[in-house]
Amino acid sequence: MERTAAVEMINITKRFGQVLANDHVNLEIRKGEILSLLGENGSGKTTLMNMLSGIYFPDEGEIRVNGQKVTISSPHDAFDCGIGMIHQHFKLVDVFTAAENVTLGTKDDKLDLKAVSSKIRDICDRYGFVIDPAKKVYDMSVSEKQTVEIIKVLYRGADILILDEPTAVLTPQETDRLFGVMRNMKKDGKSMIIITHKLHEVMDVSDRVAVLRKGRYIMDVATKDTNPAQLTEMMVGKAVTLNIERPKFENPVPRLEVKNLTALDPLGVKRLDGVSFTAYGGEILGIAGIAGSGQKELLEAIAGLQPVEPGGSILYYPGGGKTKELVGLTPMQIRRAGVGLAFVPEDRLGMGLVGEMGMTGNMLLRSYSKGRGIVADRKGPRLLAERVREELEVMTPSIDFPVRALSGGNVQKVLVGREIAQSPMVLMTAYAVRGLDINTSYAIYDLLNRQKMQGVAVVYVGEDLDVLLELSDRIVVLCGGQVSGVVDAAKTTKEEVGLLMTKFRKEG
Amino acid sequence: MLSIVQISQLLQSAIVFGTVIMFGALGEILTQKSGNLNLGVPGIMYLGGIAGLATAYGYEHLAKTPNGFVSLLISFTAAFIASALGGLLYSFLTITLRANQNVTGLTLTIFGSGLANFFGGILNTMAGGVGQISVRTTSQAYRTAVAHFVQVGHVGEIFFSYGFMAYLAIILAIVLYVFLFRTRAGLNLRSIGENPGTADAAGINVIRNKYIATCVGAGISGLGGLYYTMDYIKGTWTTDSTIESLGWLAVALVIFATWKPLNAIWGAYLFGLLYWIYLYIPGLTRSSQELFKMLPYIVTIIVLLLVSIRKKKEDQPPASLGLAYFREER
Amino acid sequence: MARHSSGHERFLRIAKRDRMPKSRAFMIRVAAVLLSLVVSGFFILAVTKLNPIDVYKSLFAGAFGTKRRFWVTIRDTMMLLCISLGLAPAFKMRFWNIGAEGQVLIGGIVTAGMMRALGTSIPTPLLLVLMFACSFAAGAVWGAIPAVFKAYWNANETLFTLMMNYVAIQLTSYCVARWENPFGSNSVGIINQKTKAGWFPAIFGQQITLNVIIVLTLTVLMFLYLKYSKQGYEIAVVGSSENTARYAGINVKNVTVRTVALSGAICGIAGFIAVSGASHTISTSTAGGEGFTAIIVAWLAQFNSFIMVAISLLLVTLQKGAVQIASQFNLNDYASDVITGIILFFILGSEFFIKFRVVHRSRKGGRS
Repeated sequence: MERTAAVEMINITKRFGQVLANDHVNLEIRKGEILSLLGENGSGKTTLMNMLSGIYFPDEGEIRVNGQKVTISSPHDAFDCGIGMIHQHFKLVDVFTAAENVTLGTKDDKLDLKAVSSKIRDICDRYGFVIDPAKKVYDMSVSEKQTVEIIKVLYRGADILILDEPTAVLTPQETDRLFGVMRNMKKDGKSMIIITHKLHEVMDVSDRVAVLRKGRYIMDVATKDTNPAQLTEMMVGKAVTLNIERPKFENPVPRLEVKNLTALDPLGVKRLDGVSFTAYGGEILGIAGIAGSGQKELLEAIAGLQPVEPGGSILYYPGGGKTKELVGLTPMQIRRAGVGLAFVPEDRLGMGLVGEMGMTGNMLLRSYSKGRGIVADRKGPRLLAERVREELEVMTPSIDFPVRALSGGNVQKVLVGREIAQSPMVLMTAYAVRGLDINTSYAIYDLLNRQKMQGVAVVYVGEDLDVLLELSDRIVVLCGGQVSGVVDAAKTTKEEVGLLMTKFRKEG
Repeated sequence: MLSIVQISQLLQSAIVFGTVIMFGALGEILTQKSGNLNLGVPGIMYLGGIAGLATAYGYEHLAKTPNGFVSLLISFTAAFIASALGGLLYSFLTITLRANQNVTGLTLTIFGSGLANFFGGILNTMAGGVGQISVRTTSQAYRTAVAHFVQVGHVGEIFFSYGFMAYLAIILAIVLYVFLFRTRAGLNLRSIGENPGTADAAGINVIRNKYIATCVGAGISGLGGLYYTMDYIKGTWTTDSTIESLGWLAVALVIFATWKPLNAIWGAYLFGLLYWIYLYIPGLTRSSQELFKMLPYIVTIIVLLLVSIRKKKEDQPPASLGLAYFREER
Repeated sequence: MARHSSGHERFLRIAKRDRMPKSRAFMIRVAAVLLSLVVSGFFILAVTKLNPIDVYKSLFAGAFGTKRRFWVTIRDTMMLLCISLGLAPAFKMRFWNIGAEGQVLIGGIVTAGMMRALGTSIPTPLLLVLMFACSFAAGAVWGAIPAVFKAYWNANETLFTLMMNYVAIQLTSYCVARWENPFGSNSVGIINQKTKAGWFPAIFGQQITLNVIIVLTLTVLMFLYLKYSKQGYEIAVVGSSENTARYAGINVKNVTVRTVALSGAICGIAGFIAVSGASHTISTSTAGGEGFTAIIVAWLAQFNSFIMVAISLLLVTLQKGAVQIASQFNLNDYASDVITGIILFFILGSEFFIKFRVVHRSRKGGRS
């Protein structure tokens, strides 16, 4: 049965500066259906939905709700149109109860928490939620907080719900419960858009799938008419040849051996679950996985920034010298022990660099404690800053100009330049080319390859599968904090890696 | 052992003392609940005190037969407005111009105490010397005890021997409690102090609420200064730093009360008790009396520490206290 | 169903500036000070009906008009500067040390106590060194207490240090009562008035030369410490981002306690100078509110010691000048606090125009 459209987005375009986040996208959500919006990171899914929920305003295009053209310029406008979005980052007040959070900002004139609570219970009964309206948010599990967010939207009478990667924070059991609720809401005539990149969830819960890739609308298809392999291909696209070099290094030796690494986040959720692999000098070990699969925790655990559970081990082979166990050491102890470990973290300005300082000050971050005396040696770092500026062609007015004010590419060059300058034995990079233009990206690949050819073990956490396939020698695929496969990058296919990332293995 | 009379005296002085800081603290609770840490409380209390005194003085000298009630109305309004203007200045600098809250508050304290003492000095000169200011009618109006209307004994005096503002403070605390925890506007305000981003997303006007809370809060704090000049020191002006130390005690009381208006009531009296108890402990030397005056601050520090070690969420400062709010833009 | 007719919306948006040239930022600040002087002028005119220019002239004369006034101005500038220097490392680490007033008093109490107790038994030069060391240590301990609770339990440092001020003030009152001299005066009186034991010696015929030497040395040292030392670097990194600090292997807790202890220690030295090098007595007004004013000085100077010299001098000049105005025009010297307040408000407000710019943006609505 063909249903009528609840929302139509027609020719929507949104730019952020030079970046085209959405390029003439058309999307239709029908009444009483669950639509999966599928796409890789950076494909523009969240941006598109933020225009429906009033966070952003489209540069071009129009939005129709129930056939009528509307202007949505604030979350309030969205609510007035019956649209509510459940964001990935919950917008809740910690010290308030569920009921207080739900009623916050509504136009009810009196604050009658009893009435609010009973209405919440009604909603719960109707759709199968379980929540205590008097429970404080700080006492809630992630899943309960999400429930409050959904109730908030329903309480305001939304008919169209947008869920931005709702399962990213949930356990499988909680996910099942959420999907149950979603099916109940569908029965009640609500329309839902679920943003996700987990294919089995798409297959499980949705009626229809729409795919975005690099800001463009690719296709939409009824879920029953498709399969994970086809969706993967749609999502990642045909393999693109990038002509990234992959020089061959003879006789790679083990440098870093990770064994049975498990780590919890502050809430006690497992972020790494028995991860084991070995990184060899003279190879680039790619790490693939959907965002939030444990990449950050893995690198930080190796760097001594993330505590790990007992039983795990990180062995460092200096080549010749004594093997060292890195688990339990602080970053300073790791450095003092002479471990040649370099780390380019994901959050460049928030973790890898000091934004207020210039290049010199940032070069100092790795070396300031060297030498005797109370004065930090700035001569060395200054020379290093000059060298990095010249060799990596960093565009900056001066080496004392705050790096915060540099462009993204130059910030990354400063960071990578400093880390390489330590002559590491192991070089870890997280999303080293995110947000960079093509030329800078290639310059970074080139730098990594040169490190590899000097016998360094390079660990490259990436999100672009095309790059991972061409640059890496081997690829470790993470899924939900576990290693779901280790593949030879020269022999594997994009589809295979894509399926490993989403726990779907290709038949045969 | 203390006699009934002594206990009655101690409690009375504690209540009078407590009333001054209770006003200061109640205003600051309202302000801080909106996320603004206004360290200008002492300055604001100065503003309230001098505005009330100056208008009463002006009225009593211009009017042929000054009417106590009229004078009370005038000075009360003036004190509230002058203090609220101090809050407005603070709001403009910290909310609109995003100046640092701590520094702005401290500057307001310098400015307010300077302005008040400057005019206070002028008033003193006009009146012919320190302590010569006479606003007898007005002060009398403020100090007319409820006991005036009812016959009470020693015990009754503990409860009924104060001017109306002592009762106003209690009523205000209750009203503030009801407002903050029982009304929608209060819920909105608290959400701003906790998480302005969430409040903004829920459609609450963060900027306007912060302005209103800070200005009204300052107005209430200023009443503490008014009560001090009109009742506590009976309608005179001494250019010293008493109001300043009372102002900081009011800030301490906010912490002690863990940002809850009802706690501020008994907290204020407890502070007053701790402050005056040395007079009733026999055998204290003058030096050890000074150590006793430390008690309110020590108690506050202990509360602050317990609160941060126990990490009970309800007792924490508003989560965004002291931080300027920017709507996130891409 | 909401239908909005607004096709075009125009609105003001406030955006962070990347970086403003130093010269232009300086001009904005100068303009703010000038503007504030104009406003203060109106205040003076309104209140006194006096010509503000005359008032400013006598203000200047009040601060620098005679040799004695000049030296008093310098002495008090050094005091304010010393406290501001102490606050700089803590503020650079984004630790709100509001407790300078108390840290100064603690240094002062220790100094006064030692002057009284040891004045007759230890020669002054040695005593001075001892008092320096002890007030340094006392200030450090006083500062470290809130820092420890901040580092390990995240206790709010603004409120904690604020309370510590009043504990220190009462402690001072206690000591004053204990050391009262003469009896019943409620003051300590001039300590060692006859022997001058433990007093700063006059150098080059000037009583405050040592004050100037100590504080200016500290100014240079603090500048070098923050700019060139390893610890100074750690402070800057912790202040900028605790995450980056951990990434670089910095022990954030240790650095927090160490830095605030140093901050308190220098404030303790300010107390030592105030007692031993200026008033030769101790009272609750030994710090005289400068502990609070210094917060503003350190913040406005953005932790640069040399800019602190200029701001301290400006503020103390105002204070001293106002005393002169007060007596000359029959006002009272609280006018200086009013003018100080106005100037500070303007400088605080002007920072907005340095850090942000207002963008006029037009936003296109949906096509109709």
